[in-house]
Amino acid sequence: MMALTRRELLRKSLLSGAGLFVAFHVPRKAGAVPQPSGKQLPDPNAFVRVAPDETVTVLLAHSEMGQGIWTGLAMLIAEELDCDWSKIRVEHAPAAPVYAHPAFGMQMTGGSTTTWSEFDRYRAAGAMARAMLLRAAAARWKTDAKRLRTENGFVLRGNDRLSYGQLAVAAQAQTPPKSVKLKDRKNWKIIGKPTRRLDTPEKITGKAQFGMDVRFPELRTALVARSPVFGGKVRSFDASKATSIKGVEQVVQVPSGVAVVATNFWSAKLGRDALVIDWDPGPGASVDSGKLLESYRAQAQTKGTVAAQQGDAEEALPHSSKRVVAEYDVPYLAHATMEPLNCAVRLADGRCEIWTGTQFQTMDQMSAARIAGVPQENVSIHTQFLGGGFGRRATPASDFVSEAVHVAKAAGVPVKTVWTREDDIRGGYYRPMFLHRIEVGLDDKGRPFAWKHTIVGQSIIAGTPFEQFMVKNGVDSASVEGVVDSPYLESVPARLVTLHSPRLEVPVLWWRSVGNTHTAFAMESMIDELAWAARRDPLDYRSALLADKPRHLRALKTAAEKAGWGKAPPKGRGRGLAVHESFGSIIAQAAEVSVDEHKEIHVHKVTCAVDCGTAINPLGVEAQVQGAVAFGLSAVLQSELTLKDGRVEQSNFHDYEVLRLPDMPEVAVHIIESDAKMGGIGEPATAPISAAVANAVYALTKQRLRSLPLRLA
Amino acid sequence: MRLNVNGTERQVDAPDDMPLLWVLRDVLGLTGTKFGCGMAQCGACTVHIEGQAVRSCVLPVSAVGNRMVTTIEGLSSDGSHPVQRAWAEQDVVQCGYCQPGQIMSAAALLAQNPEPTDQEIDLAMAGNICRCGTYQRIREAVRSAASKRRAER
Repeated sequence: MMALTRRELLRKSLLSGAGLFVAFHVPRKAGAVPQPSGKQLPDPNAFVRVAPDETVTVLLAHSEMGQGIWTGLAMLIAEELDCDWSKIRVEHAPAAPVYAHPAFGMQMTGGSTTTWSEFDRYRAAGAMARAMLLRAAAARWKTDAKRLRTENGFVLRGNDRLSYGQLAVAAQAQTPPKSVKLKDRKNWKIIGKPTRRLDTPEKITGKAQFGMDVRFPELRTALVARSPVFGGKVRSFDASKATSIKGVEQVVQVPSGVAVVATNFWSAKLGRDALVIDWDPGPGASVDSGKLLESYRAQAQTKGTVAAQQGDAEEALPHSSKRVVAEYDVPYLAHATMEPLNCAVRLADGRCEIWTGTQFQTMDQMSAARIAGVPQENVSIHTQFLGGGFGRRATPASDFVSEAVHVAKAAGVPVKTVWTREDDIRGGYYRPMFLHRIEVGLDDKGRPFAWKHTIVGQSIIAGTPFEQFMVKNGVDSASVEGVVDSPYLESVPARLVTLHSPRLEVPVLWWRSVGNTHTAFAMESMIDELAWAARRDPLDYRSALLADKPRHLRALKTAAEKAGWGKAPPKGRGRGLAVHESFGSIIAQAAEVSVDEHKEIHVHKVTCAVDCGTAINPLGVEAQVQGAVAFGLSAVLQSELTLKDGRVEQSNFHDYEVLRLPDMPEVAVHIIESDAKMGGIGEPATAPISAAVANAVYALTKQRLRSLPLRLA
Repeated sequence: MRLNVNGTERQVDAPDDMPLLWVLRDVLGLTGTKFGCGMAQCGACTVHIEGQAVRSCVLPVSAVGNRMVTTIEGLSSDGSHPVQRAWAEQDVVQCGYCQPGQIMSAAALLAQNPEPTDQEIDLAMAGNICRCGTYQRIREAVRSAASKRRAER
């Protein structure tokens, strides 16, 4: 396994005549605020490599975790480069400042931002490469580049043609253009066309390399015994039984626990099972999620930190014609990525090399540098395919990478830490438990005119390096997104949204669609309750409230119409609606459900209407929406993580259940033609599914379920 | 001990209780078979033993004996198995981690039941979890692979 820094890669390509390597680098300050990509040449630019063998290699500044950017970003380059699609190769870029996220200033993947944030930069990279190939051809033919055109990997002049491969070395000597003109959208040949994934061949043959698959002769496997209670510490341990197991080479203590280092996984596992550890559990031992929920319920009766306010909701409420009060709650959830966490680390010669699937290269690099005691630029990260991310592989604290560096440092050998499923389910960094209490006053026409909303749940951002940017006036935007910016609230004259953010030992994290996982459930359930309270059809009621929100309205009406709203559902079925905007995209869903004799809820069909602006790859958009619905349905129907005496009660897929194939509904995805600003697509469809299903269950049974997972009485 | 993997006899130095999964991955370097749960709950580790889908994470290697083991690497040399081709055509994969196991389960199903009903597909694939939620396309791909096999006979 050869590792090259970007500079080495660049040097190597120059020395070896490996062809054109477009590298343009504009330094940028870290910590920039998110902003739409501007009109100036994008900064710091990604790379595209055109080689003499005709291959075009796209370097991916972000991590492929299933969301399809391996294909989507390559489409952006190919569109402008006019290259032969069959010659495209993709690689994860190394960790380097040049690959920082255009909006966030750090190398990371998350927030459903990759495609819209890279839309200009990757197209520009393709256009610059094309311009340099044109200039090389013009020099060869002693003509003006303006007289030449490009097509499918060739530069053409009348009947003469030169392939990109033939021009690659000469193009490398050309000065990159100072500006490029991107294609007008009416001339797009690739963008907007359903395109199959480029990573399929290796993923259907077992050749795709995930972090878990990293091997080299001196690499050892380590399993870490972590505290059964969050925040607990090792008092003492006895490793004598562990070290007697064949294959176990060392047992070392690290800040997170005790690591058993072995020649293979199985020995490390047996070794860890044989450890005897005396833990000091600390204050975390008192956490009980059932009692915690009751304390949240009590807190919700009191006013928290103001997140949004208009008029005087408390004064207005008693004047309503009708009042509706409801509490919604959601449990802790683990991400349960299919690939358990792992991270391989080699410390040698003042360098730290890391092989892992991560969403957060820059933070990992910083943490690793600190632990290894080397400069940040001496930390290389070889990003592998991620066997699912959903947010878990983007920890501001770099938990699994930091731990692996600690283990490699303590053991003095290259080590790959591997988490078991039990480690994963019990390892923290959960979607936090949340409770919403909402009191709404309706006017005599049934419209909300007073809205008092109290939210209780842990802040994801508090205590991280991002607190100063993302927690404003004591309010973590990730706790209230989807409520404070709700289009329904805008037209309510008196409204008050407040937030309680209890601090607890249980580590919490973003989980596909983040705050929207609970805010969309609360908001879209409540709107449905109001519609029934006002004796209005849920579609008509929403449409009236969203009258001046054309995108929402269009998505809602499309989903409803395609689902056959207005016609009676098949016998024994109920339908429910939800519409929610998140990550810049709007998703409306109509769910069709039934309930069996065991009172189990079955979701048969989910009709989705999607407005994400330009859909770069409609086939990928459809896959993301189907997948996001499935991910959300696990939480709607099954998954729940509970703690008792500080200990997580679930451990593996037998008791932390997730959606399986027989329970997958038919998910129809209708992509709305839209020229709105491009939004994200990895997460948004997870948010509304809980309410769509709960609303359908209500329509069918008249039981209003306000806790996830949904369980009928 | 000796192990017959993908048509080749391999000499393996591993303790009897080591699950087949870890022999494949850590001893033989066949990393296409994945670790997902370690208790036969997720199907990521699915291989074939004499054509039957088996969860290799809970099968001690000593229990394999001289039976033939087929892993994703041995299903075809180039991704040309009808199930793999159907997977490509339906654009099934997302993160891809569970897909070798999904494909092995589907291939075993179709070898034994060339024309499964939708319910039989659901049953045969219920042991394979996909957190990306590719189930809908998996279903379509299994149906399409079945019709491909029919057409090729």
